[in-house]
Amino acid sequence: MSEQAKNSQRPTDIYFFATCVVDQFYPGAGLDAITLLEREGIRVHFPEEQTCCGQPAYTSGFPDEARKVAAHQLTLFPENWPVVVPSGSCGGMMKHHYPKLFANDPARQAQAEALSSRVYEFTDFLVNVLGYQPEDKGSDCTIVLHTSCAARREMDVHLTGRQLLGNLSHVKVALQDHESECCGFGGTFSIKQPEISGAMVEDKVKSLKATGAERVVSADCGCLMNILGHAAWKDKQEGRSTPSLPGEHIASFLLRRTEERSSK
Amino acid sequence: MNAPLPEHALQFMPSAGFRARSKEVVENPFLRKSFRGAMDFLIDKRITQFPDKEELESLRTLGEHIRQYNLGKLPDILEQLETRLTENGVHVHWAETPDEANAIILGICQKHSAKLMIKGKSMVSEEIELNHAAEAAGIDAMESDMGEYIVQLAGEKPSHIIMPAIHKTKEEIAKLFYEKVPGIDYTDNVDALIQIGRNVLREKFLVADIGLSGVNFAVAETGTLCLVENEGNGRMSTTVPPVHIAITGIEKIVEKLEHVPPLLSLLTRSATGQNISTYFNMISGPRKSHEKDGPTEVHLVLLDNGRSQAYADEQLRKTLQCIRCGACMNHCPVYTRIGGHAYGTTYPGPIGKIISPHMLGLEATATMATASSLCGACGEVCPVKIPIPDLLMRLREESFTAPHANPAMRGQGAGYSALVTGIWRGWAFVYRSPFWYRTVTWLGSRFGWLMPSKQGPWTTVRVPLKPAPKRLRDMLKERG
Amino acid sequence: MSARERILAKLRASEKFGERVEPDVASWFAGHRRVESGAEKAARFRHCIELAHAEVYNVNRGSWLQKLWEVLAAKEITRLLVSPGTEHGQRAMSGLADNDIECRGYDQAIEQWKDEMFHQTPASLTTARAAIAETGTLVLWPDADEPRLMSLVPPVHIVLLDASKIYNTFYEAMQQEGWKDSLPTNALLISGPSKTADIQVTLAYGAHGPKELIVLLLGEEA
Repeated sequence: MSEQAKNSQRPTDIYFFATCVVDQFYPGAGLDAITLLEREGIRVHFPEEQTCCGQPAYTSGFPDEARKVAAHQLTLFPENWPVVVPSGSCGGMMKHHYPKLFANDPARQAQAEALSSRVYEFTDFLVNVLGYQPEDKGSDCTIVLHTSCAARREMDVHLTGRQLLGNLSHVKVALQDHESECCGFGGTFSIKQPEISGAMVEDKVKSLKATGAERVVSADCGCLMNILGHAAWKDKQEGRSTPSLPGEHIASFLLRRTEERSSK
Repeated sequence: MNAPLPEHALQFMPSAGFRARSKEVVENPFLRKSFRGAMDFLIDKRITQFPDKEELESLRTLGEHIRQYNLGKLPDILEQLETRLTENGVHVHWAETPDEANAIILGICQKHSAKLMIKGKSMVSEEIELNHAAEAAGIDAMESDMGEYIVQLAGEKPSHIIMPAIHKTKEEIAKLFYEKVPGIDYTDNVDALIQIGRNVLREKFLVADIGLSGVNFAVAETGTLCLVENEGNGRMSTTVPPVHIAITGIEKIVEKLEHVPPLLSLLTRSATGQNISTYFNMISGPRKSHEKDGPTEVHLVLLDNGRSQAYADEQLRKTLQCIRCGACMNHCPVYTRIGGHAYGTTYPGPIGKIISPHMLGLEATATMATASSLCGACGEVCPVKIPIPDLLMRLREESFTAPHANPAMRGQGAGYSALVTGIWRGWAFVYRSPFWYRTVTWLGSRFGWLMPSKQGPWTTVRVPLKPAPKRLRDMLKERG
Repeated sequence: MSARERILAKLRASEKFGERVEPDVASWFAGHRRVESGAEKAARFRHCIELAHAEVYNVNRGSWLQKLWEVLAAKEITRLLVSPGTEHGQRAMSGLADNDIECRGYDQAIEQWKDEMFHQTPASLTTARAAIAETGTLVLWPDADEPRLMSLVPPVHIVLLDASKIYNTFYEAMQQEGWKDSLPTNALLISGPSKTADIQVTLAYGAHGPKELIVLLLGEEA
């Protein structure tokens, strides 16, 4: 768990930084995360002006462009509330790279440092700040969890997702081989080195499927886009009409498992 | 302006064929499986050596500190090393370029009318392509590390810095030996194959005129060259022939002998999962008059070859902390998929991506840094905590941003494309402005169905990306 | 300017940054490695070097020669390279002569008998200067009496080790013995017989050095 989460008190208000991937491609995951947080009695504020953390440009070697986009996000969180991000990757960018990004801009760097101390990855926030213990209302099922590299190595929150799922009494979480290995997304890596990225996601999907789990959940939509994108492509190649590996954001899964009259 | 390409630059152009080479391996299920198996083996071996996470982390911190401290004093301790070695009777040579290093080594060989040079494992000698230079000078340079020997017999290059022949199966090696080693029967028994290598190479040690080796650590205060190995060929190469030539990069120096134990422990445990290597060989001088064996002449060649360029930049200098354990490649999902040869450089894998640009220039290596998902596995296992992912991002920046004055690296801007830069500028224009962001993403959500079904490289193995019909912000509004 | 001057000048131009605080190696070892008793160290040493495929026999000052003979006999070795200038070498020479073991002394420069060393020397006997428990490591400082190749060329290397000379760690050995002021031309740490895993990560012993390493661990009792 992150150090800061251990020392935090339960807040009444938080900011939700959805990330551009969730806003455009997985809005349901964002909505479910917000619903879950609100159900825990938290007022969730969604700054309308938010766009993207700037990571795509940053990791592609264009820090100036990333800085421009990041500078805009710095202005969005004036109150001293936690900023919850449903992605280890984007959270890692804001928490660990913003201060470096503004190393030559003292005013913004101070802002970035202040913001950094308030940024939480979603599952870390649930477990370590809210002490959230989901009550499972679904029926028996087996799933598999994919943890993003940024959540694991940058945010050091690779255990919180497993902990949340472990609280669900009817859910068995299978363990895939090479569990800690990257799915091969890596932003522009997937475009610039498609052969290697493709081999990585192929292996990842094989490992996930080999567990026999009925679905994959992850706290990062970037990985999901890649993993589910490949799984669906493979289904199409092999003429399957139902997805062999469905998947969703952990927020959606948790919300569904804990709602009344849930079937799964 | 870019620094001009020095004449000595080797004609490696690893960037050029990188994608094609990696594709070839990725599409070979047999190679894929064997690399995966070998890397899994090394990963498992390493983990058994570090059962205590606190011990590992504190030792890594100490290792990082030792390397950074010694780099901080590098010019001083290089001079101290030279003084001590000279006092001990070792000849010290300095080379800025591979050509200079080759000229020094071949000069020594020629002075002794050498015909056969037997080589202990040395990645620096691969870096300067010593074998080619020796061949051109009429000197037989023979590798004696089993893996290197196999690779040399096959006319190939090492595919891993610690396990040079890891891309070969025992059946391939059996066939190779049968074809290339006179007077042996075919066998694919590993013990028997090793015995064949042993017997061939022992005869070479016996008659070699020159022994060449690398160096794992050079200790300044004592004037000592340290070599880590399991086979004993390093000891043979540095003990049996009358002349020993060691070659090392200028960064591998430590000031004090007491700096060695932590680094040695990190090196062997990280590299092959051994608590120590079979041999740790500390050479502080040639044979003394009353001694009965050991070389009568010892030389050390200190090679720069771009290291001083990395040294000059505070962030890039961290590259030089490396102790060449290879753990970054063992844990790299990219290396695991494509193996060492695809990189086209002497040093493959994550360390190869960050060190090669200093040796070969970004002109030749600009795209290498793109072959990483920045997953961070390399940085996580690095025993001296080199922030490899950060360095990869830095190299991307140096490669792709427009050429500018006083670049930190040779070949800065070599991968610059006005189109790509323009795309990122446009991206920043949209994403820094809430208005344009809202507009563009609104269009995306409304006309997502217009997204093409072929989306370049993405859709070679994935279904196309389509924005959701409603954005999160729309859903929140509707919800009220 | 020479290459040396150019390299040093480039490095000196970049001295403005860098770590200046000296690393505290002593504290790390004090905090992470236990100081063990003689018996614990001997046991740890033995355990580790056996894992690395060495054979270890507990002997005492009266029994080691007998054990040496037994080891040689069991391996059907009839020639042993010894050091005539050492006490144990002398004892071996005189003691084994009656038992059909021919002892060859390393009494001339290697150039005089290289071929014989490589082709007709199946085993050697040396002492170890010290050992390291943590890693199961022998410390050898070859000298005029016991030169470097004695522990490298013969396929079987037998080592006499005084159990009271086992250190906890490599660091402790070098600190307590003051190595930084006294290193010989060649100092060696040996932690098992020669080996390689270069063919398909399959472990094989006897790559270039000794195929077998035998330690006669000299203690008070045996």
